[in-house]
Amino acid sequence: MTQLLQYAVGGLAAGSLYALVALGIVLLYRSSRVLNFAHGDMATLATFIAFTLLARAFPFPVAIAASLAAAAALGAAFFFVILRPARESTLLGRIVITLGFALLLSGVMQLVWGSDTQTFPFPLSDTRVYRIGEVVVSEMNLGTILAGLALMGLMYLLVQRTKVGLAMRAVAQNPAAAQALGIPARRIYALTWGLASALGGAAGVLLAPVVYLDPFMMIDPFLKGFAGAVLGGMDSMPGAVVGGFLLGVAESIFAGYVSFKFKTTLAFAVIILVLMVRPEGLLGREYHRRV
Amino acid sequence: MTDLVERYEDDLYLVKGAAGWAAMAILLIGLAALPFLLPLIGRSYLVFIIVLAAANVIVAIGLNLLVGYTGLISLGHAGFVAIGAYASGLLTVKLGLPWYLAWVGAAAITAGFGFLVGVPALRLTGPYLTIATLGFGIAVYQVLTNWTALSGGRMGLPVPQLSLGVGGLTATQQLYYVAVGCAVVLAWVAYNLTRSHIGRAFVAIRDSDIAAEVTGVNLTWYKTLSFAISAAYAGVAGAIIAQALRHLEPQAFTFLESITYFAMIVIGGLGSVSGAIIGGLLLTLLPHYLTGFKAWLPIIYGGVIMLMMALEPRGLFGRWLRIKRYFKVWPL
Repeated sequence: MTQLLQYAVGGLAAGSLYALVALGIVLLYRSSRVLNFAHGDMATLATFIAFTLLARAFPFPVAIAASLAAAAALGAAFFFVILRPARESTLLGRIVITLGFALLLSGVMQLVWGSDTQTFPFPLSDTRVYRIGEVVVSEMNLGTILAGLALMGLMYLLVQRTKVGLAMRAVAQNPAAAQALGIPARRIYALTWGLASALGGAAGVLLAPVVYLDPFMMIDPFLKGFAGAVLGGMDSMPGAVVGGFLLGVAESIFAGYVSFKFKTTLAFAVIILVLMVRPEGLLGREYHRRV
Repeated sequence: MTDLVERYEDDLYLVKGAAGWAAMAILLIGLAALPFLLPLIGRSYLVFIIVLAAANVIVAIGLNLLVGYTGLISLGHAGFVAIGAYASGLLTVKLGLPWYLAWVGAAAITAGFGFLVGVPALRLTGPYLTIATLGFGIAVYQVLTNWTALSGGRMGLPVPQLSLGVGGLTATQQLYYVAVGCAVVLAWVAYNLTRSHIGRAFVAIRDSDIAAEVTGVNLTWYKTLSFAISAAYAGVAGAIIAQALRHLEPQAFTFLESITYFAMIVIGGLGSVSGAIIGGLLLTLLPHYLTGFKAWLPIIYGGVIMLMMALEPRGLFGRWLRIKRYFKVWPL
């Protein structure tokens, strides 16, 4: 029992990262129907910016804030410069464009920072541990879980309790009607892209101290985040959070009891199973197809 | 216009007129003579690179049948190539089959895996399918890395050299004829496939699968068939790559390879066999001439893919068709 709880706590930390990534993916998918394949690479770029600022001896909060702002600016710029002019393209076309952007970003990162792994300095320690009952949790894991929950809470307040959030929901539901009612849809789109990228960046900064920092760091969490989003429902933000946490815990328990080597494969089995049994996801609304 | 089409059959001919046949003959003779001409000008290493190009062209044609014609996205084609490579290697090493039987077996086994991946594709569309195939590619890589009994682990899997039983040819030249021969035959098959009812069913599914189903296209059959054919192409290419490398390691079949295959068909032209051939050749030969810019390659690929999608969604081949049409009616 203790061991199960122990695995679950480890899974919660991973799940909090997956949930952050999933939240960004869902935010974008809901509003612009684009699955952003560059989401992970944008996050890695933000982490590298934080890394460079920290190496130049900037204080930690400044470096993090600057990197998240850079991620947000990059996301908004991608929307304005590339996706907006190509809005007539097909679904396949948009997927290809985000893939191309992902490739471009990863190339830039390899060129600027090299493909070697770097150690990302972080004020929380991976080795200092706390005991809760019989379960041991490291300071870093606890920090990741709390930071993730705090960001998700902030997102909830923003989307559900503010005027901007109301506008975001309106644009996601029906852009033309929202625009007719005087909502500046373009600005809302840019804001959505910025927010989603910043969430990804936060996940990157929280992940980098645990695994080492390199240009391909986010590929795995991006795929897991997507799996979490599918599990929870691609159009539901609470679904993304639940899906991300569930996947993290399930994966950790699977790795502990069944097979560590094949734990990544679990995520894809989950995607395929969910889409076969309940295509709208756990918390998504019913899946309709328009002809 | 001298080449006025009078009958429907005329329009269907692959090679049109005496000029077309002459060009085809020159192309085939040129391809057959290349392995003897290249050493004369001191470029014998190009023979090996053309073998790799042939393999990439085959993957690109197969992938284009799936993506460009049927509209089903696969980002895991390196997985199929890996299965083809290991299947051909294991069939010769473990079962002692002659290489041609092993290659047929490899194509059949990959087609089977293509069918298996195609089954969930009946339910998945767009981004979901993209991720599922991406996951398949990564899963194949992980299984090969971790299942050492199959893949030989860190030692890798040595592949015995194929032999045509023809004297006077070096090993690379023999492989060249097999690989280029496969590429030519498979390209011919693909050209014919796309003009047949199967190819038209694929296109109908791409344009609207519901409309296709209403007009009597069996979605279950044609979607899985498209995956199986595409995978079989990748399997043959994998067998060629296994022969070219002579030593198989999972590292040769990563996610980056899948992306490169995808880039080939986007740059060459989605939905055309010629486009796949152009893309496959270009993206194999260019990196060999741009060795000084190796670090820039992902940036160039990514940028070109985005530009291509924004400016010319039909790729280089589409651009070539436009130029041709422009000059056909030139002074106008």
